[in-house]
Amino acid sequence: MGCAIIARFEAAAEIMSKTLYDKLWESHVVHTEEDGTALLYIDRHLVHEVTSPQAFEGLRLAGRKPWRVSSIVATADHNTPTTHWERGIEDPVARQQIETLNANIREVGALAFFPFKDKRQGIVHVIGPENGATLPGMTVVCGDSHTSTHGAFACLAHGIGTSEVEHVLATQCLLQKKSKTLLVRVEGKVGAGVTAKDIALALIGKIGTAGGTGYAIEFGGAAIRALSMEGRMTVCNMAIEAGARVGFVAVDETTIAYLRGRPFSPKGDVWDKAVAYWRTLVSDEDAKFDAVVELDARQIIPQVTWGTSPEMVTGIDGMVPAPEDFSDPVKREGVARALAYMGLTPRTPIQQIKVDKVFIGSCTNSRIEDLRAAAAVARGRHIATNVKLALVVPGSGLVKQQAEDEGLDKVFLAAGFEWRQPGCSMCLAMNDDRLSPGERCASTSNRNFEGRQGAGGRTHLLSPAMAAAAAIAGHFVDVRELL
Amino acid sequence: MEKFIRHEGLVVPLDRANVDTDAIIPKQFLKSIKRSGFGPNAFDEWRYMDHGEPGMDNSRRVRNPNFVLNQERYQGASILLARANFGCGSSREHAPWALQDFGFRAILAESFADIFFNNCFKIGLLPIVLPKAELDALFGLTEHTPGYRLTVDLPGQRVIRPDGHAIGFAVDAFRKECLLNGWDDIGLTLRHEEKIRAFEARRRVEQPWLFV
Ligand code: SF4
Repeated sequence: MGCAIIARFEAAAEIMSKTLYDKLWESHVVHTEEDGTALLYIDRHLVHEVTSPQAFEGLRLAGRKPWRVSSIVATADHNTPTTHWERGIEDPVARQQIETLNANIREVGALAFFPFKDKRQGIVHVIGPENGATLPGMTVVCGDSHTSTHGAFACLAHGIGTSEVEHVLATQCLLQKKSKTLLVRVEGKVGAGVTAKDIALALIGKIGTAGGTGYAIEFGGAAIRALSMEGRMTVCNMAIEAGARVGFVAVDETTIAYLRGRPFSPKGDVWDKAVAYWRTLVSDEDAKFDAVVELDARQIIPQVTWGTSPEMVTGIDGMVPAPEDFSDPVKREGVARALAYMGLTPRTPIQQIKVDKVFIGSCTNSRIEDLRAAAAVARGRHIATNVKLALVVPGSGLVKQQAEDEGLDKVFLAAGFEWRQPGCSMCLAMNDDRLSPGERCASTSNRNFEGRQGAGGRTHLLSPAMAAAAAIAGHFVDVRELL
Repeated sequence: MEKFIRHEGLVVPLDRANVDTDAIIPKQFLKSIKRSGFGPNAFDEWRYMDHGEPGMDNSRRVRNPNFVLNQERYQGASILLARANFGCGSSREHAPWALQDFGFRAILAESFADIFFNNCFKIGLLPIVLPKAELDALFGLTEHTPGYRLTVDLPGQRVIRPDGHAIGFAVDAFRKECLLNGWDDIGLTLRHEEKIRAFEARRRVEQPWLFV
């Protein structure tokens, strides 16, 4: 009989051990359909100008009201200019979109709205966390694929389409099917000059841009725990480039320390209660994942992409591959097309590739730590003569202010970089910051797709320190030699 | 949402992997505040010889004769044959809007990016995952058979070739039901209004910091 009880007890323990994903999921299920499609309650809805106008319009046409406007945090970021703010938005089409956002938020309301020129305006994925509007255990959605960034706070953060934006506005819920779970464990310690961006790119190089499709990725291991919140946001931001809609990191002291005292963080007794709950937001010791990928941090060196997909990446000591290196015919042709687009010859060492422009910014790498890392390389040096433009675009007004308080703007300006107003800028080039056809850019953003930074432009993804080093050298170079 | 039950149409093969949403609809067109009118700019950078901007008269632009969608034999196609990881990249629903506006009703591919896949269902554009071997055969047949057409049968969950060969595919029961009936997700969800309110009320008590 004793044995039976133990067996039953063990079975119960097995059922009880959960991944962080299970916990986040289960705590938000309002209803489940027969086929497993669930209605998830949404705690935070981030809104920006590009993917929301049709949703507000749809709501209005159907005569529906937003369910809970205090879940909304809105800002203008994708279209806003990064120079001459005194002139307003000169592009009439962009201006109409931003004015539409202003009018929509004015009409319905929001917890917070940081419109164009507000001192807290910035990239939607930068402003949420820095204002404490992204809290552990939340479901966070935004009409933007890089919403995965917020997973750094142990959130279930989904990028959604415009129909879903409308659905969340109207119902405060999202229809979802549960994903499989993938644990990406990065053990060991990265070397000096190797950053969160390099971890993310190395992972994508390993599993491919569809490697995470259908999975929710939990990032763990000593190298992830050693990252700051900024670094974790960089890694989670890139989860979508690995094909996963969501990526997250468990709560630890780093998470809690970051959130203390932020404008929308809980205060007093409520803070203590919240922290007690947040500490449970970790995968149980013996939780089972559907798949596990391991990376050794000590093996990761600074990464640079050479093609038109983030998986086309190599270490700074590497070279451009040749199509013949790939046995799969579709892949081989993809590589040949990428090299033609990128204007690269097979077997060229990465360090010999010259750059025309440098972009330090985007929701991947525009936080204070990123700017510090780039400034450390730029300090006392000057950009190379062949570099036509080196842009530093802080992720938000608050990041910009902090950087200026630390004197980083002076460092960049003295080194020949431009110091701009916050926004998405040359990450997707909807404003005037863009590449001309054929121009080659060292960029800290997340996508190197054809035309992403301007029609015909050629993008190489890398870390902020590596981008600053490329600006100084005029070509890609191992930043570890400059430290 | 437009209903989808059975569709028979001309097939066009787009033989590349990782076709991203920037390629499907370049960002300069995302400045529109409308849901329609994106079709003429679908695949803009591949389709035209010049650089497209909103407001241009697309009928006067020079087309790239090498791009498959421009070829005479594929005009009027409504079924897109694609490769792996179709629709990767951004969450922009403008990508499925553009494909639908162009005239596509179904996309057959080896795999799709999650958000794109999801967005398609919301507007009644059916994304279908097929095994690689079947797709390879379809690419060959489409290229070698002028006027090659397929039938997509959603109730039977089959893609039927003109030679009678049927290829089964999977689709979530809930999504299938919505497509067959043309149901609007919001209306369906609001049937659970009481449940949502009860959930919210409990959450307000248990985690008050979420409701500042
Ligand atoms: S910075 Fe780039 S990736 Fe991030 S939200 Fe803006 S456009 Fe999207």
